[in-house]
Amino acid sequence: MIEIRIHGRGGQGAVIASKILACAFFSEDYYVQAFPKFGVERRGAPVEAFLRIDRQKILLRNNIYTPDHIIVLDHTLIEATDVTAGLKEGGWIITNAPDKPAHLARLKGYKIACVDANQIAAKFRLGSRSAPIVNTAILGGFAKATGLVKLDSITTAIRGEVPIKASENAEAATEAYQNTII
Amino acid sequence: MKKVLMGNHAASQAVKLARVKMIAAYPITPQTQIVEELSEMCGSGALDAKFLKVESEHSAMASCIAASATGVRAFTATSANGLALMHELLHWAAGARLPLVMVNVNRAMAPGWNIWCDQSDSLSQRDTGWLQFYVEDNQEVLDTVLMAYAIAEKVLLPVMVCYDAFFLSHTYEPVDIPAQQEVDKWLPEHKRDFILDTNNPKSLNALVMPDLYMEMRYKLEQAHQAAIPLVNETGASFYKAFGRRYHAVEAIHCEDAEVVLVTSSSTTSPARLVIEEMRNRGIKIGLVKIRMFRPFPVEDVCRILCGKKKAVVIDRNFSFGKGGIFADEIRGALCNETHRPLVYGYIAGLGGRDITPELVREIVEEACQTKHPPSLALWKGLIK
Repeated sequence: MIEIRIHGRGGQGAVIASKILACAFFSEDYYVQAFPKFGVERRGAPVEAFLRIDRQKILLRNNIYTPDHIIVLDHTLIEATDVTAGLKEGGWIITNAPDKPAHLARLKGYKIACVDANQIAAKFRLGSRSAPIVNTAILGGFAKATGLVKLDSITTAIRGEVPIKASENAEAATEAYQNTII
Repeated sequence: MKKVLMGNHAASQAVKLARVKMIAAYPITPQTQIVEELSEMCGSGALDAKFLKVESEHSAMASCIAASATGVRAFTATSANGLALMHELLHWAAGARLPLVMVNVNRAMAPGWNIWCDQSDSLSQRDTGWLQFYVEDNQEVLDTVLMAYAIAEKVLLPVMVCYDAFFLSHTYEPVDIPAQQEVDKWLPEHKRDFILDTNNPKSLNALVMPDLYMEMRYKLEQAHQAAIPLVNETGASFYKAFGRRYHAVEAIHCEDAEVVLVTSSSTTSPARLVIEEMRNRGIKIGLVKIRMFRPFPVEDVCRILCGKKKAVVIDRNFSFGKGGIFADEIRGALCNETHRPLVYGYIAGLGGRDITPELVREIVEEACQTKHPPSLALWKGLIK
């Protein structure tokens, strides 16, 4: 079983990202279980969403405490919260960030992948410049860094799940895949 | 067609497939997405039904009662304090013998204000005359809502389908959505003679004197008893049509078991993991999932548990001054049996606290090592 935790801010679409990623893995014959942090969400506040994947039916019904990989939608969260809490050794941290900002040095000992999802989202006019929608682009970065799921499965899941600008969102994921710095 | 659905949308998809004609609801977390999606379906025309926005859960139930009295399929969904506000009308729906279906997403009662999982909301409605089911995963949510209409319309009783807040309601997992034409074949339009009809006016549910009221209550209980075999028959016909099998009670590895763990709702899933792992270590343990709580499957419970050394019940609910409610029902069912097991009643996971495989294992091992239950209710995982 592989467990993934997504960090974002309320309104960034962390929960939708977990669902799209679930659909992508499901299309590759995984059993999936995606869920939000069971709580109350507020716009801008730190939020978490989770995903379990396995080749057999998942029978766990509890929170994820020791994730295998982490996705971070907003790199400022790395200073605000402990995004590595419980992260297993050798796990990937895929973060939305321009180049490799200095505070990523805090994450020593983990495999880090960076993608400038803000800039990609702006290019495809996803959200606004001040509040770009980065939850689809970052999944391209996840596919590239971990190699766990095909980019094709991600873009197909985006087209199936995103109600507006589906093509732009799928293209953003592809561009992120091509521009992820590992 | 298999899709990745949250539990709440498994429920709304089932309501659509059942071609429900009237939905009345008031939003409350964690059920809101059920009626949110249904209102979208009604708005877009995907579902040909009347969606009634009301000012309270009491009115939602009153509207469903009125709609059901005219002979159409009606639906509502609620949780916790919303269900409590319906209480008076729950008695009314059952007494009037209306085949309504309601989803209750199990949420803790306030205070302290808590939106997370706890079964005390629906279990405290157990004496209202409704049938109650507690389901384990999102597929079972969809399937049970469909079966609920089939059962309700045969015995003329309302059915409550209950599932765990967040652990199911907000969790996405694969769900097989049956084709509309398959559901239409299995669940044809419901017709009954005794309905409200302006072309044939009559008065329903008028004053009943002491000379007849008791007989009405007796008939209601007869309908409950008739539901027991019907639930398993409906499960068998559902299996034939859709390939998934459901019973009132599911017994796993109980034949040779000395100790049997008893669970309901999503707690059953980690319990499956634990008993498989313990059996691999040579421990003779079984698992019973109580899916139907009302009517209580007394015969099944006695047949499975009698002759065992211990029954270890996990309750995510509490009846103050007594104990866990499933454990209490099981003790009541077993009380006249000669070879009854000791019943260990554990309380865990109230207000949305995690029930992990580790916690389940700890409970089972503690019960195995304790000669006699020290009290009726054993609280697990309290902060010391």
